[in-house]
Amino acid sequence: MNGQIKFILNGKDVVYAGSAAARLLDVLRDEYGLTGVKCGCKEGECGACAVLLNGQLVNSCMVAMGFVDGSIVLTIEGYKETARFAALDKAFAETAAVQCGYCIPGMVLAAEAVLAENPHPDEATIRSGLSGNLCRCTGYNAIVKAVQAAAEEGAGLW
Amino acid sequence: MKAISESVVKKDHKEKMNGSALYVGDFPTEGMLHGKLVRSPLAHARILSVTLPDLPAGYFYVDKDDVPGENIVHVVQDDSPAFADGEVHYIGEPVGMLVGPDEAVTAQLAGAVHVQYEELPAVLDMEESRVNFFDYHYSRGDTAAAFAEADRIFEETFTTGYQEQAYLETQGMIGVFDASKVSVHGSLQCPYYVHTAVGKVLGAAAAGVQILQDYTGGGFGGKEAFPSFLAAQTAVAAYKVGGRPVRVVFDRREDMEFTSKRHPSKNTYRVAVKDGRITAMDIDVRFNSGAFTTLSPVVLQRGIIAAPGVYNVPNLTVRGRAVKTNTMPTGAFRGFGAPQTFFSVEVLMDHMARALGRDPLEFRREHLVKQGDLTSTSGIYHYPVPLPDMISEVLEMSGYEEKRKQYTAPQTGRYKKGIGLALWFHGAGFTGSGERDFIKAVTAIEKTADGKVEILASNSDIGQGIKTTFAKIVASELGIPYEEILIRNPDTDRVPDSGPTVASRSLMVVGELLRRAAIKLKEEWKDGEAQRVEEHFAEPDFMIPFSLEDFHGDAYPTYAWAASAVEVKVDSLTGVNEILGCWSSFDVGTPIDYNVVVGQMEGGVLQGLGYSSMEQMAYDEKGRIRNNSFSDYIIPTAADVPVLEVQMHVEEYPFGPYGAKGAGELPLVGIPAAFVSAMEQATGKEFSHIPVKAEETLDV
Repeated sequence: MNGQIKFILNGKDVVYAGSAAARLLDVLRDEYGLTGVKCGCKEGECGACAVLLNGQLVNSCMVAMGFVDGSIVLTIEGYKETARFAALDKAFAETAAVQCGYCIPGMVLAAEAVLAENPHPDEATIRSGLSGNLCRCTGYNAIVKAVQAAAEEGAGLW
Repeated sequence: MKAISESVVKKDHKEKMNGSALYVGDFPTEGMLHGKLVRSPLAHARILSVTLPDLPAGYFYVDKDDVPGENIVHVVQDDSPAFADGEVHYIGEPVGMLVGPDEAVTAQLAGAVHVQYEELPAVLDMEESRVNFFDYHYSRGDTAAAFAEADRIFEETFTTGYQEQAYLETQGMIGVFDASKVSVHGSLQCPYYVHTAVGKVLGAAAAGVQILQDYTGGGFGGKEAFPSFLAAQTAVAAYKVGGRPVRVVFDRREDMEFTSKRHPSKNTYRVAVKDGRITAMDIDVRFNSGAFTTLSPVVLQRGIIAAPGVYNVPNLTVRGRAVKTNTMPTGAFRGFGAPQTFFSVEVLMDHMARALGRDPLEFRREHLVKQGDLTSTSGIYHYPVPLPDMISEVLEMSGYEEKRKQYTAPQTGRYKKGIGLALWFHGAGFTGSGERDFIKAVTAIEKTADGKVEILASNSDIGQGIKTTFAKIVASELGIPYEEILIRNPDTDRVPDSGPTVASRSLMVVGELLRRAAIKLKEEWKDGEAQRVEEHFAEPDFMIPFSLEDFHGDAYPTYAWAASAVEVKVDSLTGVNEILGCWSSFDVGTPIDYNVVVGQMEGGVLQGLGYSSMEQMAYDEKGRIRNNSFSDYIIPTAADVPVLEVQMHVEEYPFGPYGAKGAGELPLVGIPAAFVSAMEQATGKEFSHIPVKAEETLDV
């Protein structure tokens, strides 16, 4: 059905009037122009389209709009305004963790989800927390090190 | 560490980190038409008729009859059609394209195009192929005599599978034809390859051809030749619809199934040994090219030149064939033919050492090439071969010797461990005389009157950091802050042809041209004036010219070197293997940016581990690829390899910028052999193929 799906998108109240069966991924990109949300597979396998839904990391290609009603959605476009992003940004820059960049918006939000749950994660926790987000470029070391560095230097933010 | 190696914030960090970088799929779609390819469902068939569904206003069908120029996509040769002409040669071959304003409707209409076929016999297995697209031979010394005198002869056949590049961003292109000029932009590695291909299909219809690279979500070779096809098809569609942009972006399954991947191979080695020394190798290499030639000649050349590995083999006979089958045409993938042969020769070294009762590392050390020795093609290793030191580094990093000894003792219980090691090189830059005869790179630096400096080169940043390293070189020579140097995604209307983004050449070859251009600009610098300097490629004097006729001469000016150890743990109940660690020493000359280079090394190692252990792709009895999604073509995650350590060993190359050599491909090439060596120690079995599957490690 079509409905009046109300949710908070990057801090703003929005109403989506399209199909409740539409994918959150497509709606974010096509309706709201949030192209930082990348499409890597549309099958929930790669994590490129990951966003935070009520603080939980989800693959937005696997979420129908009907489930979004009353929720809080945060994409990279909203997250980049935060102090936590600034800490991750600095750490990712210092380890050159960004190569082709396509996995990065999803990866950064996965890092946020890891640190929000555990502000002082060990390496295995970080690796496990990022394991739903595929990166084909880096071998993951630089990303894992960046998350560790952000956790240390951004102490108190999470 | 040289000052130039100190890491900086990458040029494209900010826009990629905050999600604002536009990839081809991110451009606003208002006013755009969407294209969906209609593909052959059969591996070999004659096209009898094409019946279109009723097309609503604004929807178009595009095929061979709409090509205003030649219906050919130029790669190395001209055998690939842009759209099938009367016959299809593999499952997925584009027959036509449906174009229209609504993406879902377009896809639906594409599915409703009815093509009637007469099925023809298909050759799927490379063993059954009767067509050798390429058949190369070379030899050195007297192989027959060496075999006649041998006291031991080994023979073994090795096979390797497909590998899919699995870049995170699928292939995509946007084309627009306006006032006789065609502009195409998208996800690509080689703007001028695409330029040539688009120019050929449009012919005189396009007075101008402009190709731009968008931010590109990974390539690994998969966006070397393939974008020429998609751009050619998209350009023809844009020409037909006139004035409105046409966008074609593949979904993941389409991309995995119908784009080029690494050549599967079957390689037979015969080796003559006398008094414990290898005296000759007779090597037969076969690569599955698929239905068309694409890049196979050059992939095969690199594969067979690397065939004897890093060893001195006085008598050598090598044959290499790229055979035709009715399967998806294969193409470039990081390593470009060398991973297949290095896997074969390195595993063979282990097997021979075992049979001879020798330690595999000692056996390798006794045969290593050194500076001044002849290469496989009777060129010369002009520069020092640092492998002995690099082996020591890897032994120390990995604890190899102690672990190897420990795991040699009988292992009881459910879990069994092993550690293995491999050595390899990667010829830096194009194979043979390509750089001198075909590419003839030109690069430029422009300065505006107010002193802004911009780098003009056709090499694209696909994640490897070339914007960053180019800018560092120019900044360093001009004495200008790195942050102030401009470098944009290449646009063929603005940048000269400095060649493709391939073969680990961009930094070593084009980076050096830019360094020289920057020196020139500094000398000629005039405040307040706009200036432009250009630099053209010239082959270094020391090289023995390479002849493709007899595979004689220096195939590469220099080599990047690698040593790597892999440690595994096998669960003998479930067959599941774990990679406990991988320790490598790489020599790519001077790292132009330490973080950038280490990032390349680590990423390449993990791709190599995936290739050997989990990345499996096969087709069914009809020739249809079955592993077409991330659910059934598995690539490594952050949790798969907990320890992945890299050390840089620097042997400077005087003709590369600040001593840099080729880097990007090296780290993947020999990893599979190190993995298999470790698996053999853990399981007590011998493997002569990759990937090694869990089923094969049960019952050990």
